Amino acid sequence: MVSVLCKHFGFAQMEIAEDIASDTFLTAAQVWGINGAPENPIAWLHRVAINKAKNFLHRNQIFEKKVAPKIEKDEANLPEDEIDLSPQNINDSQLQMMFAICHPSIPVESQIGLSLRILCGFGIEEIADAFLSNKETINKRLFRAKEKLREEKIKIEFPSLEELDQRLETVLTTIYLLFSEGYYSVSQNRTLRKELCLEAMRLCTMLVENPRTNRPPVNALLALMCFHASRFEARVDENGELILYEEQDTSLWNTDLISKGAYFLNCAATGNFISKYHIEAVIAYWHTQREDTKEKWENILQLYNKLLQIQYSPIAALNRTYALAKANGKVEAIREAEKLKLENNHLYFLLLGDLYMGIDDRKAKENLSKAYALSKTDSNKKSIQKRMDLLPK
Amino acid sequence: MDEYILVFRHEDGTKVASPEQIQIWMKQTMDWIGGISAQNKFVGGNGLPFSDAKVVWHNNVVTNGPFGDIKETIGGYIIVKADSIDEAVEFAKGSPVLQGDGNSVEVRKITKGGGDGVH
Repeated sequence: MVSVLCKHFGFAQMEIAEDIASDTFLTAAQVWGINGAPENPIAWLHRVAINKAKNFLHRNQIFEKKVAPKIEKDEANLPEDEIDLSPQNINDSQLQMMFAICHPSIPVESQIGLSLRILCGFGIEEIADAFLSNKETINKRLFRAKEKLREEKIKIEFPSLEELDQRLETVLTTIYLLFSEGYYSVSQNRTLRKELCLEAMRLCTMLVENPRTNRPPVNALLALMCFHASRFEARVDENGELILYEEQDTSLWNTDLISKGAYFLNCAATGNFISKYHIEAVIAYWHTQREDTKEKWENILQLYNKLLQIQYSPIAALNRTYALAKANGKVEAIREAEKLKLENNHLYFLLLGDLYMGIDDRKAKENLSKAYALSKTDSNKKSIQKRMDLLPK
Repeated sequence: MDEYILVFRHEDGTKVASPEQIQIWMKQTMDWIGGISAQNKFVGGNGLPFSDAKVVWHNNVVTNGPFGDIKETIGGYIIVKADSIDEAVEFAKGSPVLQGDGNSVEVRKITKGGGDGVH
């Protein structure tokens, strides 16, 4: 709703658009509370929003006439035409808004914040919760980002065909970060975390459903998120503790999401450009196969070899080394791991500790202690302690 | 940090390996490059197939292939980031190309055009 209204009013009036949208929901809460929900709640909301927008425009017109009688009315700023809330226009407006928000001129965390606020309708408090921050910081961050979008005169429109793939990359990065925020965040609020993942998948689905943006990397990212999300119920226990992959109850894996992932991965297999999402999606596919086969780990190793050539990240380097141990043996993996030198990362020492286990227990203990000292959360410390307890005294 | 090119030289490019052997070398090469990439030191690289190669000589004389008079042929290259020639040499030592008797990896520093200090 905010996207459509903004499209209509322009970024300059973003607050007004947000106000009208939230005012509409407030009215709904009041009226529905008394009269019960109408037969077609969405149409009702749209009608009320349109009326409120019209009222605003009307008041604005009177205001401008009275306050500035000598200034000529600027027709462009006071659109008289109908506000179009058809499904097609909503989808288009939301996607155009997505491109505007995910603009390279504003920092990534602001892009995520604005996406949550405007595209997903999250409250400031929820966003603060998701970022483990407070309302004030988030408000400031969003305010600055909106100012920036205004200053840069970012238009709410689809990028040109030539620009599309490049701009799409920023959008996909934001969507993937949004998903990861939910999937890996340390926030204890489990419902909220799941919500973030689902919203990321919803935004990506919208891109897939629009012929303009239905590109292979978009399908690959959606496949990747489906595969990851399939383990959502299995990877955390009732106390919010992470359950390691090897210890997960596979009956809790969501087979629907796994087949959906396979479907979108298939859709992604066109064109001759392989994005990092393609590679990550195939890795994620292999992780939906629980059995530890030689073929599985050899494939995962080669995929990480490729992924790292496209884009290095410490986590990919660590995962590659883990796959190397599974495919080529621990001795070779230890030699390679020692070269990585990721010495401020607790996962690095955790990996080294694991690799040395059974080969050199003294070194295993040394590395696990370093991992313990570097890890920041209690649940991390607990799981590292569990491993140290496995070592002979 | 500088960039170095690692050039693979094969003593005899006309030797044909079995598909199984090629598959083993491929895996070893990929694992070797993956290891360099995992240290964030890989820049790029390409294989240079021997087939369909031409050599252009002085006076625009064109001959087939890099073979014949030349004993060594270049089979490919990769470019790495390294703090010193010694570090680049350490990377080179892991190349599976060196399993072939008489093969070599030449390590050369890349000079960036203009020396603008951007890299």
